[in-house]
Amino acid sequence: MELVGDAAAVVAEGAGDWPAYLWLGILFFGIPLLSAITLIFWGKRIPKGGDWIAQTAIVSCAGMAIWMFFDVIVGQHDPGFVWSSAAQGLEWAWVKIGNVDLSVGIFYDNLTVIMLTMVTIVASCIFFFSAGYMHGDRDYSRFFAYLSYFCFAMLGLVVVDSLFFLFIFWELVGVGSYLLIGFFYDQEEPPKASMKAFMVNRVGDVLFLLGMILCWNLVGSLQYSDIFAAVSAGEFAALSPDHVLAGWDNHALLTLSGILIFCGAISKSAQIPLHTWLPDAMAGPTPVSALIHAATMVAAGVFMVGRMYPYFTPEALGFIAGIGAITALIGATIGLVMWDIKKVLAYSTMSQLGYMMLGLGVGGYVAGLFHLITHACFKACLFLGSGSVIHAVHSQDMRDMGGLRKKMPVTYWTFLISTLALAGVPMFAGYYSKDQIIATAMAWGLTGGAANWIPLLFGVVGAFMTTFYMFRLVFLTFHGKPADQHRYDHAHESPPIMAIPLIVLAGLAIFAGGTINPLPNVETLWFNELVPQPASAAAAGLELDLEIHRPILHDDLAGDEVADAHGAADPHAGDDGHGTEVAGGDEHAAETGELAAAAGAESHGTEHAEVHTKWTNALHASHYPALGLSLLAIGLGFYLARRMYLVKLTDPAVMAARFGPMHSIVSNKYYFDEIYATGVVGSLHKLNHGLARFDKSVIDGAVNSVGLLTRFLAFLSGLFDKYVVDGLVNFWRWFVRTLSGVLRLVQTGNVRDYLMWTVVGAIILAFIMSAD
Amino acid sequence: MDILSLIIFTPLLGMLALLLVPSDKKDAIRTVTATVAAIPLILATKLWIDFDPTVAGYQFTVVNDWIEALGVQYHLGVDGLSIPLVWLTGLLMFLAPFAAWNVDKGTKGFMMLVLLLETGIFGVFCSLDLFLFYVFWEVMLLPMYFLIGIWGGTRREYAAIKFFLYTLAGSVLMLLAIIALYLSVTSFDLATFANPELLSAPFSIPALTELVANGSIDGTQLANDGVLFGWPFMKWIFVFFFIGFAIKIPIVPLHTWLPDAHVEAPTSISMVLAGILLKLGCYGVLRINLGMFPDVAMDFATIGAVIGLVSILYGAFVAMAQTDFKRMVAYSSVSHMGYVLLGASAFTHAGLQGAAMQMFTHGTSSALLFLIVGVAYDRAHHREIEGFGGLASVAPKYTGITTLGFFAALGLPGMSGFVSEALVLIGAWGVHPVLTSLAVLGIVVTAAFLLWTLQRVFLGPLNEKYKSFPDVTGREIFVMAPLAFLCVLLGVAPMLLLGHMDATIEALRQLFV
Repeated sequence: MELVGDAAAVVAEGAGDWPAYLWLGILFFGIPLLSAITLIFWGKRIPKGGDWIAQTAIVSCAGMAIWMFFDVIVGQHDPGFVWSSAAQGLEWAWVKIGNVDLSVGIFYDNLTVIMLTMVTIVASCIFFFSAGYMHGDRDYSRFFAYLSYFCFAMLGLVVVDSLFFLFIFWELVGVGSYLLIGFFYDQEEPPKASMKAFMVNRVGDVLFLLGMILCWNLVGSLQYSDIFAAVSAGEFAALSPDHVLAGWDNHALLTLSGILIFCGAISKSAQIPLHTWLPDAMAGPTPVSALIHAATMVAAGVFMVGRMYPYFTPEALGFIAGIGAITALIGATIGLVMWDIKKVLAYSTMSQLGYMMLGLGVGGYVAGLFHLITHACFKACLFLGSGSVIHAVHSQDMRDMGGLRKKMPVTYWTFLISTLALAGVPMFAGYYSKDQIIATAMAWGLTGGAANWIPLLFGVVGAFMTTFYMFRLVFLTFHGKPADQHRYDHAHESPPIMAIPLIVLAGLAIFAGGTINPLPNVETLWFNELVPQPASAAAAGLELDLEIHRPILHDDLAGDEVADAHGAADPHAGDDGHGTEVAGGDEHAAETGELAAAAGAESHGTEHAEVHTKWTNALHASHYPALGLSLLAIGLGFYLARRMYLVKLTDPAVMAARFGPMHSIVSNKYYFDEIYATGVVGSLHKLNHGLARFDKSVIDGAVNSVGLLTRFLAFLSGLFDKYVVDGLVNFWRWFVRTLSGVLRLVQTGNVRDYLMWTVVGAIILAFIMSAD
Repeated sequence: MDILSLIIFTPLLGMLALLLVPSDKKDAIRTVTATVAAIPLILATKLWIDFDPTVAGYQFTVVNDWIEALGVQYHLGVDGLSIPLVWLTGLLMFLAPFAAWNVDKGTKGFMMLVLLLETGIFGVFCSLDLFLFYVFWEVMLLPMYFLIGIWGGTRREYAAIKFFLYTLAGSVLMLLAIIALYLSVTSFDLATFANPELLSAPFSIPALTELVANGSIDGTQLANDGVLFGWPFMKWIFVFFFIGFAIKIPIVPLHTWLPDAHVEAPTSISMVLAGILLKLGCYGVLRINLGMFPDVAMDFATIGAVIGLVSILYGAFVAMAQTDFKRMVAYSSVSHMGYVLLGASAFTHAGLQGAAMQMFTHGTSSALLFLIVGVAYDRAHHREIEGFGGLASVAPKYTGITTLGFFAALGLPGMSGFVSEALVLIGAWGVHPVLTSLAVLGIVVTAAFLLWTLQRVFLGPLNEKYKSFPDVTGREIFVMAPLAFLCVLLGVAPMLLLGHMDATIEALRQLFV
């Protein structure tokens, strides 16, 4: 791949030659960034708090995205569309040292363009809605600055061509989320919720980082094209022989790396067990919940899994399916018992994200991503609708609401439409995506062991619960008698600046499916046509475990077809391996053959084709039964919700009592928060304090002890010096002095005395001498 | 005069010039200091521009005989490893007088010591002669002792003496190693030695590097073949140097002087201490331990990585338990310096680059954090994290810059710390997979204690005591803004820094293949 030095060099050599798509890619995140910078520094001095700057910025992004949508999706209508700046040598060498090359370019395929369109349109709606919702807030311009910043990061995440840069923007959207959850910084709860969100995401992100590092060690690059080329060729670098993972084969390493990377999505997309931050994140202003915590950022995890799809081995996909299924069910159950309107929607979001993961995991690449797009439209509408309600009644508790349907018709109707879409009622957008997820899950069950039925089971039960909690919400809020007459009297429909975005989003909740035919041919849905399933890691000629592999084999053929179509249609890519996921198709056919021969398996290819056929047949067979199951679930959910909350034939309290302990477990959100608070955070604090005490008493204690010991030794040697060394000196002084004192007694200075002593001495001498 | 000597000695001349300014003209003293400190920064910038990043070896070298009897040379030069640190020193020492603008007690003495300190630091980074290196190393120690001991907080004398003795203990070992090397070289017979010119300067780092590399120095020149307590000569030399530097880094468990010195030191001195002085230790490890003794370094790779990991985790855990804002930041430095050792112990290009970059990025971000703490302390006269609350309501600019600083310190992508930490992890994972995988726990905990502090000090309801907490002043912004800017700039365009280091790091890595 040709690399151009750095951005400066590129600009110098002729920015004029940059193709329009590259410019667009840069502008997508550049414009919101400029808007954010302008507003954060000068927002308060700009008329109207500068909201018009942010709105202009996002609307121009939406304009660009829609232009691209018409140019690419409608105009070219090519399932294999790929445009990559790196393929044309237009790349920025962000870090390029030694063997580490972290360059970045702009990358589009149909999925990118659809994501861009969705994000910018939903964001535009929310930017206008916010102007009404946040009106009069003292930090009005800061709010728009943060929103713009978030859009910068989110759009950057979508357009880059490397996993590493996805990660960078991934963390940056996390900061946007942090800032916006804690937007009401002078209150007690929002700062705590924002910190919790950031920390929980941090846990997932470091695992993501490790997975990425493992990927880098295997592939030597984090560019999507390089990763997929390696996967499709089945060629990976070996780890050093004394590495702890050196004994693992490529398949196992790929699985490990894939699961670690997916851990990032577990936290970002609020999957079990790292979901606890999302409900708390509702402490942020409601438009934020709509934009970040329903439509875009939380879906980034799903987008990432979709983007990296070919990298995931069947085992990794199975893991994803399992996590998704559990999340879909658990989220839905908690949604049943919440009273806070935003919390119900939050748990619903969590559950729906679980559906998307489930879909991707069971091999329904298209289904999962399609659901991402449709869900974004109607969930944003639902959140904004709840915002409209909260704005009107100044409460989030559904027990304070009721009967608002007459007071707020626009909010009610848009909300109802989105509810139907969320429930998956035919003819609404959610139906077309959700039904595919259920159908794929059923095919997964049909072609595997007993455990493969779990996603379907959880999915269908979850669908029943979804309908139930959504209609419970609708009935409690909009139907029946007002629970609080005072609030009801003061309630009013929101102004047009808030109502129009609701209408736009409700429109999308109907039409994003691209059809209102209740029994469409799935293959011809616009999304299915344009976002073909890429060949996955299983196709790379890694040992195929046929029992688990069916869903992936399904894509191989699609990959081949697409590669052909793509080769014919796209002059840009193909010759340099930048055809990414689709380019691997042809090589793969040969690869598979070789491997089969090498393995001595006489007809790997045939087996392959057989499994593929089996899978396709299962998928076809699942179509109507799955639809039937879904409709049954929806009907049952609606019936129960109506019975309990509208016509009130069954008292919810009685139901709660009947499910006694289970109800209390669910109401307490399965005690995840409590377990983490004591188990993780509590232990961490204990460890910290223990180590701090150790630091103070043992390590610093040792240092101080050395100091003290030195001083004690110094004291001892001082004593020695004083009493022994100096003492000896002093002894002689004393001795001489004492002696001299004695001698002095005789030194009287009198001649008479001396004479006397002389005489005494003479007598003594005489005695001594005579004694001899 | 050559540019390196100018950079080193301009502050010293400035110090002498300050003698002429009367002690009571405090603003004049501050202005003169700042002006003098600007000169090395400008020169260092010129040095940066003139530096040829494609060359791996030393540039701008100066060699003069100094003490001929011992073969000591006045030998200066910079390469990709030292030039970022020289520039960083220029920047931080230029900002230091501004950060210390409100020092009223003995202003003249304070500023003179700051300038003397600057000469010492520049000297260490530019010296290519071990004797000269050691002299500058000690020159740096004295002003620091007085700056903490005289202008510090309530326990300043304890902290200053602890700092002094600790560093001195390390430098004694270093001196022993230097003398041992000297004795080895001088024991060669000039007439029979293959490359006699290498023997002419027994303290020269390049010459010694070559003598070690070609196996000439192996300890057999000394009594008992240099073997001491069963360990060969080279290992002892390596360990002596390492301990001398490790105290400065500091590694766990030789770190307890750091929190005390930081807590007691005035803001500007904390900034210099965290921003540059800790880097001297890391620089020593890379320049001398790795650069001169690569073979021994490989034997110690695992130990080095373990020490790095322990510092990362231990520093982060203990930081989270602190109730004193400044102590917390000090422990976070211990944690961040661990990445340097972890990266350096991998001997891969990414690991070494990450380690070298981490020195620079931590230099900017930790200096910024200490300035942030200083702002709070100046106004509230205490540093208890729990004693604040909701400052965002009254000091939005201060909150903004703190948020930026904290995100830089916790290694957010788009900020410089992320690049260096990511490079360290990428570079180290292939060599020390388990240790590196554990190190990411440090990333989580670091984010936890920084955001938790942010929440307790700045967010939530306003503590009524601080209703009239003044926001940051123009002077404070002037000091903090360049550091914050660098954190973002190098996060967005890291090649600005990495590009200058690349050739040197590649040459260093070549020693390990």
